[in-house]
Amino acid sequence: MIPELGHFALILALLLALVQAVFPMYGAARGDATLMSLARPAAYGSLVLIASAFLAQAYAFASNDFSVLNVASHSNSKLPLEYRLAATWGSHEGSLLLWTLMLSGWMAAVARFSRHLPLAMVARVLSVMGMVAIGFLLFMLVTSNPFERLLPAAPEGRDLNPLLQDPGMVFHPPMLYMGYVGFSVAFAFALAALLGGRLDATWARWSRPWTTLAWCFLTAGIALGSVWAYYELGWGGWWFWDPVENASFMPWLAGTALIHSLAVTEKRGAFRSWTVLLAIIAFSLSLLGTFLVRSGVLTSVHAFATDPARGVFILAFLAVVIGGSLALYASRAGAVGLGGSFAPVSREALLLGNNVLLVVALAAVLLGTLYPLFIDALGLGKLSVGPPYFEAVFYPLMAPVIFLMGLGPMARWKQSSALELWRQTRLSLGVAVFGAMVVPWLMGRWSPLVASGLLLAFWVIATSLSGLFDRLARGAPSGFLGRLKQQPLSWWGMQLGHMGVAVFIIGVALVKAYEVEKDLRMAPGDTTSIGAYQFRLVDLREGRGPNFKSVIGRMEVWEGERLQAVLRPEKRNYDSSGMPMTEAAIQRSLSRDLYVSLGDPIGEHAWGVRIYVKPFVNWIWGGCVIMALGGLLAIFDRRYRLRAKAANAAATTTIAPEARV
Amino acid sequence: MKALRYLIPLAIFAMLVVFLWRGLSLNPREIPSPLIDKPTPGFALPVLGSEQTFRPEELKGQVWLLNVWASWCVSCRQEHPVLVAIGKERVLPVVGLNYKEVRGDGELDPSKIDAATEKALARERASKWLTRHGDPYLLSVLDLDGRVGVDLGVYGVPETFLIDREGRIRYKHIGPLTKEVWSTVFLPQVKKLSP
Repeated sequence: MIPELGHFALILALLLALVQAVFPMYGAARGDATLMSLARPAAYGSLVLIASAFLAQAYAFASNDFSVLNVASHSNSKLPLEYRLAATWGSHEGSLLLWTLMLSGWMAAVARFSRHLPLAMVARVLSVMGMVAIGFLLFMLVTSNPFERLLPAAPEGRDLNPLLQDPGMVFHPPMLYMGYVGFSVAFAFALAALLGGRLDATWARWSRPWTTLAWCFLTAGIALGSVWAYYELGWGGWWFWDPVENASFMPWLAGTALIHSLAVTEKRGAFRSWTVLLAIIAFSLSLLGTFLVRSGVLTSVHAFATDPARGVFILAFLAVVIGGSLALYASRAGAVGLGGSFAPVSREALLLGNNVLLVVALAAVLLGTLYPLFIDALGLGKLSVGPPYFEAVFYPLMAPVIFLMGLGPMARWKQSSALELWRQTRLSLGVAVFGAMVVPWLMGRWSPLVASGLLLAFWVIATSLSGLFDRLARGAPSGFLGRLKQQPLSWWGMQLGHMGVAVFIIGVALVKAYEVEKDLRMAPGDTTSIGAYQFRLVDLREGRGPNFKSVIGRMEVWEGERLQAVLRPEKRNYDSSGMPMTEAAIQRSLSRDLYVSLGDPIGEHAWGVRIYVKPFVNWIWGGCVIMALGGLLAIFDRRYRLRAKAANAAATTTIAPEARV
Repeated sequence: MKALRYLIPLAIFAMLVVFLWRGLSLNPREIPSPLIDKPTPGFALPVLGSEQTFRPEELKGQVWLLNVWASWCVSCRQEHPVLVAIGKERVLPVVGLNYKEVRGDGELDPSKIDAATEKALARERASKWLTRHGDPYLLSVLDLDGRVGVDLGVYGVPETFLIDREGRIRYKHIGPLTKEVWSTVFLPQVKKLSP
């Protein structure tokens, strides 16, 4: 009964989405306030209905209802409760349901936090989001109903893919989808602005916090996925340039360009049509990512759920949504105008440079990801594009981006002088060069690769600190604390975000240059040494989990006379699937990870063992967390709330002093 | 002219859709083999667990499977239950080609192992593996140096060849066999080939 209620809720949600898509849009065109004000209640209603459907699905998983096909194929009564709940979004159907739930959540949030916006804008934004919801609800109901029954019921479920039975997988998809779906808000704002003909600084200010929030979620989601791959796949890698990873990375690149471009549009009114295009691209790439993952057009190490039949539907949906919005863009963008002018050396110009480079990098990743498909479709053969291509193309494109990142915040809007910039940054440059020369040498081995990586990271840190110093040491209000308070949160957010990038680069450079890997055969009692560490395999025991058997090794790690860690790598064999799974054992620390994973048994007693020492690897994800925190900080900037209050009080005359960022 | 540039994104996207549309009807995992519809390359290899040798001609007149495996191959273990089920149902004879049992194993150093030891070690390891995981094969042959594997164009282990009554390769599957692949790809072809 409950699954049917869930199914019914989805059908109602589809009908409501139709109402939300059609009437407010029509009302906005006609200036009919009654029709426009339908948008908000419809958005709230969608959230209630889709949340009910989601709960119904979660209940089916929690109660082991194997008469529901999705539950029978992705869960098992021996699966612990937390993974049964996570299995709700472990399948294709479930992940779509999660997608739609988040979309309705974003819609309700827009409805709730848009009191200060003109009604026509809200109506158009929610209408566009309603159209997206229609697409996803139809997709679910027509091709992938999560509530489909299996009669007679299966006695036992087939179990969740063991790779997904992991805490990282519980949180990775929701975070990632929050980001993907969050870009639908920026997308809806862009289309609403194109439709309403109002593309100005106010529009940019409205859509900025939403975009940044989505970007924060996406950053965290990608980082979580990377952490998961690092310890769960047992290869010790953190990024594989796999099509599915690229699918999440491309919207991130577009989103990064978008938040910077929005800043220019808000402050200077420039880049308008470019900003709109980026908003469309960011969301389009989120949809494309869904298509690539769900349709099976590309092979990937983690294409968990692929089905070409569904691909046809998503492709048609993509064609309508993206094609439609790009057509709208083509017809309206010409009228938008270019906005304020700026000199070749100015903050606008530097941000434009950064934007162009990010988009080129994005295009390079897109090309590499789809290249095998192009070649195959043209009948030229089969091939795959691996990390060497991406590394060769991506790093050189990113280096100037990072360079501009240090320079941008220093430059003045509209017009700056190269000489002045040189004066402001020469000290930072000197510090960065010195650091890049010395640090690799202190680490034990100097190489151009690690030095250039560190140069960029130190450059960002040094320029950020020097910018910070400039602001706090000089300026209008007297006293250090007064100036500290005066800096807007969005400025702190930017500093923190950039700092996160620097931390990330340090992690990447040091891991790449100094990690040590050893693949060997070990029997209990064997010892091997890597760097300063001695690894001793003490014993191997059999273990038993709720739904798997396992072999657990005990590995002591000594540094000279000191016991550093006792690691317990595990090899699991899941009862239902018989799939062997590697559970790496990792001792984490700020300066290095000790990583051990079991390969396969060799002979009677010995096992293949893989040992890694990974210096500074946690900085990679730490950097991502700092970036996301920087974004969050920026969202809480007073000026977004000030505007809201001012508008609520209808006090149109009080306008907050223009912030300096 | 100026308005045209706003059409560029749409044009690029339209091209992308065409490719994605084509992509939907292609299978990225399917690698064409130049050997399809060609006679199986001839070989004579020692049979595991006996002193005899086996030649593909011996199975002329039957439709049979040639499955490339090795005990060091993890995916082989994954597909093995499917093969065991096929063996049990006696759908058709399955011949195992044990591929580079010793040399393919990254954990062992072949330069330190002489030919006689290699042979003995391969026999021991392969038999043990089959005892442990079940033996679906009519027989398994040992391709110690992987030369037959090269003739067959083996990309990676496991691979499975479907061979018709005239001894021609009719289909080749790369990667682990799954129940789905077996019932949707192999079985229809097997039925077609054996009236």
